[in-house]
Amino acid sequence: MARGGGELIREHMSGKFIIPREELMHPGHSACPGCGEPIAMRLLLKALGPRTVMNVPAGCCAVIPGVWPRYSLKIPLIDHAFECTGATSSGIRAALDAKGMNDITVVGWAGDGGTVDIGLQSLSGAIDRGTDFLYVMYDNEAYMNTGSQCSGSTPWGAWTTTTPGGNEISHRTGKKRILEMLVENGISYAATVNIAFPEDLIKRAQIAQSIRGPKFLHILSPCPSGWKMDPSKTVEVAKLATQTGMFPLYEYRDSQYQFTEEIKDRKPVEEYLRLQRRFRHLSPTQISEIQNLVDNRLRELDARMEASRK
Amino acid sequence: MYETYRDLPPIQITTESTKGNQTGTWRTFRPVIDLDKCDRCYTCWIFCPDVSIIVEEEGDYPSIDLIHCKGCGICANDCGPGAITMEREPL
Ligand SMILES: Cc1ncc(C[n+]2csc(CCOP(=O)(O)OP(=O)(O)O)c2C)c(N)n1
Ligand code: SF4
Ligand code: SF4
Ligand SMILES: [Mg+2]
Repeated sequence: MARGGGELIREHMSGKFIIPREELMHPGHSACPGCGEPIAMRLLLKALGPRTVMNVPAGCCAVIPGVWPRYSLKIPLIDHAFECTGATSSGIRAALDAKGMNDITVVGWAGDGGTVDIGLQSLSGAIDRGTDFLYVMYDNEAYMNTGSQCSGSTPWGAWTTTTPGGNEISHRTGKKRILEMLVENGISYAATVNIAFPEDLIKRAQIAQSIRGPKFLHILSPCPSGWKMDPSKTVEVAKLATQTGMFPLYEYRDSQYQFTEEIKDRKPVEEYLRLQRRFRHLSPTQISEIQNLVDNRLRELDARMEASRK
Repeated sequence: MYETYRDLPPIQITTESTKGNQTGTWRTFRPVIDLDKCDRCYTCWIFCPDVSIIVEEEGDYPSIDLIHCKGCGICANDCGPGAITMEREPL
């Protein structure tokens, strides 16, 4: 059987914690079984530690940290309207500054819809203001909390309730290039990370934490109900997303782009697509079209990296 | 806890942790660990979305918090030596 992260981690000594031990999330939260988001949230908090404040908009991110009167995170958290993540983070930072508290990491945590579509203006404003915070976009590739509507981050060809046959017309050029948009906007540090590569996720989060100014992490976060897949496959599918080049891992740091996980022996996208019934309707021609899209995207990224090194 | 709306705090503040939610009742399949096969890589502990794999001390074998485990099966799918099997809960 193909494994998710197992073989990666088994190279290490047994009986040792290879990621921080401290637990900043309680069990009993309300995520669906097998959801990628609490994995991402738990790993991120392990990386950042308890001196962290988080703010979340509408989305599954608003229910996973706890449905009133209960909380699942052991850090302060503020819930706010859908489009306000960047603005709220700026406000929290200003309040902490006024109180002279400068050892706190402020995290704005929002979904893909809440980031690439509705929260984009507020995020852009926070970058423009130079707010010292970490913006994390967990990407489940649709508006999942309201039952799977297409977002600007839905990959071409995926079924959603608003693209019942896959997105035939829109998104032919793929997902919005949010990371590159934010680089142009003036972000200090940005990286894509993946729950199936936990050590890398923790490393990128800690690099981001060490840099002042606005930072951005884009985390791939599979959604078993919206992606129509077996909940036990979450980590396996996430890993395939990177191994097939559908979700390359790279960062932007000190004005340079670089891959953070080299893709050796890249697998065909079909291996990733066929584990998810949201892609079931695709014809062989459409699958090769997605393969082309991914090949082009990786060439474009290569060129971008080359250019940034000059 | 709050008798009427007048008793509510001025803004909604959470007062207790989600540990009180018995999400284990959602489960259809239960993970069972065969400790003879387990090599303590802690992959299951790293990936469990529900903080339901317990490893008290470094070096310990993992165990499962069945009060909260939702039975997603990630631990079984990703366990390298295949030490975890998912068994149907009795009806
Ligand atoms: C202004 C506004 N419009 C619409 C909604 C309804 N709504 C709540 S959550 C949600 C989906 C959020 O999608 P995303 O940001 O991708 O997060 P996900 O639910 O996928 O985790 C929508 C549309 C809202 N709460 N506020
Ligand atoms: S993943 Fe498997 S081998 Fe590794 S600690 Fe868990 S049960 Fe043991
Ligand atoms: S079945 Fe899922 S929730 Fe239960 S212990 Fe395994 S990974 Fe955690
Ligand atoms: Mg989403």
